[in-house]
Amino acid sequence: MSSHSGAVCLDEARRVAIFGGTHGNEMSGVTLVNLWTKNGAEIQRKRVESKPFITNPKAVEKCTRYVDTDLNRAFTAENLSATGGDDLPYEVQRAQEINRIFGPKGSPEAYDVIFDLHNTTSNMGCTLILESSKDHFNLQMMNYIKKAITPASCLVLLNEHPLLKYSTSRSVAKHPIGLEVGPQPQGVLRSNIFEAMRVILKLALDFIELFNEGMEFPPCTVEVFRVSERVDYPRDANGNIIAMVHPNLQDCDWEPLNPGDPMFQTFDGKTIHYQGSGTVYPTFINEAAYYEKQQAFVTTRRETLVASAIRKA
Amino acid sequence: MEADKVMCLPKLSRVAVCGGTHGNEMSGIYLVKELLKAKAKGVEEEEEETVPALLVLSNPRAMQQCRRYIDTDLNRCFTHAALTGPMLDPELYELVRSRELNATLGPKGSPEAVDLICDLHNTTANMGLCLISHSDCDWICLHIFRYLQRQMSDVPIRYIHLDVSNKEAYSLDSVGKHGFAMEIGPQPHGVVRSNVYAVMKAGVQHMLDWVTSFNSGRAFESGFVDVFTMVKCIDYPRDSKTHNITATIHPELQDRDFCLLCPEDPLFQTFSGETLSYKGTEPLYPFFINECAYYEKGIALCLARQRRLRIPAIRVQTEQEQQANKQRSASEEEE
Repeated sequence: MSSHSGAVCLDEARRVAIFGGTHGNEMSGVTLVNLWTKNGAEIQRKRVESKPFITNPKAVEKCTRYVDTDLNRAFTAENLSATGGDDLPYEVQRAQEINRIFGPKGSPEAYDVIFDLHNTTSNMGCTLILESSKDHFNLQMMNYIKKAITPASCLVLLNEHPLLKYSTSRSVAKHPIGLEVGPQPQGVLRSNIFEAMRVILKLALDFIELFNEGMEFPPCTVEVFRVSERVDYPRDANGNIIAMVHPNLQDCDWEPLNPGDPMFQTFDGKTIHYQGSGTVYPTFINEAAYYEKQQAFVTTRRETLVASAIRKA
Repeated sequence: MEADKVMCLPKLSRVAVCGGTHGNEMSGIYLVKELLKAKAKGVEEEEEETVPALLVLSNPRAMQQCRRYIDTDLNRCFTHAALTGPMLDPELYELVRSRELNATLGPKGSPEAVDLICDLHNTTANMGLCLISHSDCDWICLHIFRYLQRQMSDVPIRYIHLDVSNKEAYSLDSVGKHGFAMEIGPQPHGVVRSNVYAVMKAGVQHMLDWVTSFNSGRAFESGFVDVFTMVKCIDYPRDSKTHNITATIHPELQDRDFCLLCPEDPLFQTFSGETLSYKGTEPLYPFFINECAYYEKGIALCLARQRRLRIPAIRVQTEQEQQANKQRSASEEEE
């Protein structure tokens, strides 16, 4: 598959989807997809078919994260092959429909790229979410975006953790990319967050256009934050939360958390310290939707990945 | 002029602190739960220090689902008409619940109503701590406001006056003889931020301290306070067919609650980048800028006038004054 110059040759990325409303109350993606469905000029690129798509219309209509079950956890092999039609939870039915249109997941017919647009209440800024450290196309795209957006920052979160990774809507595509921008409350549309997401997507589509036109991207390194561990809130014997994210940790996504640093604060003001063995980089700190998933934040470790040179086959 | 005439007001014997009126406004929910836990543990040594408060979780079903409401907004169900007329729809959970709360904390407008309700709320808007009341002459509420400002001088604390009669007032706090909502932001719904929780906890504690102090006979001097009286609300520009919004709060207005908005100042930014400016003729103070729950109510922001009010000196009625007052109202009723 390598050319004489050492570049990995990959298929043209012709079919691109942009998902909004995978969580119905994450408003940047919902708004952008609705906008582009009405007028797609902004997302048009030479040699690219870009399809904007609302993945969870019922949740969007109710301005809620999901109706029956989290769509962004629903794309398991079991769900995708489940029988039961209308008796299945709404989001499982949607997952099967999305898999029909944009997949099937894992097959040659699947879409080349899917961007899945999300917001978070955490202070994560612009984050690109990568599902595989070996996806050189995605790594090169992320490198391109990071360089183009300088001095503004766009960090890369890698979730390849065997236990903590999950079956996302975007995972139907050959190259899945999550776009997570925060902080923004659920149900709210903030203009700065909206514009930031728009800019990232524009750069991503520029990259695809350049790639499809035959540009070769030389080898590069990409700094990523690899998901390490999920940390729950301290709870009592009945499962009730007994402490909040400590004021020193609140809003400090991507900053080092060292052993002994304040981590939680009980309701009567006592500090609970981080007891890990080394420095970690927490993110998704105090995300509203994760209270029910038993997650106050996730820890990550910094890593540098090497991306091979790539060009169109 | 009797500038320093002291107003004597009845003792505040029964005080209620309510959380979870909206089931996803987490500071109040966690605070009331903690206060309930402390009460259950029997914090005997503090009994004489602060007035015991009735602790209420107003909308338990919405709390369970971490939603603002199940069927309809509970905090709009407390008008006199809604509470006393024929039950509009017994299928609506909040209509049933509002009557239960009115029975426990009210009945609104009757002598049996609790003396003071403090209803805890959070907002996604950058409003700091606001006391929201339908009255601009409830001296109890206004003195509490001034007291909080003095005790918590590092927190922006404001008083918002919604200009409606007590009968027309629709919020839970209007059920008490005195009442206000304590609204703190910014905090996303479904999240508790430790800094916001800390401010709410301190606010409630100071309020209870003030009530204890008032009840013990201390006089509070007259003075002046600045309040914000609501004038109007502005909706987002919307698509005439789909009714979807077509613009967001302008980045220069976002988070600038209580910063004066002048004619021609930026108000909205359309999705194509155009600035829409404020077309009013009077400079006004915006608040509830980009509150999540107000999208469905057709409100992008509210606007208020700032007014300086004079508050009289007050103290609690003595036993004799209270007796005399009761006899007077009894004979008035007979007439």
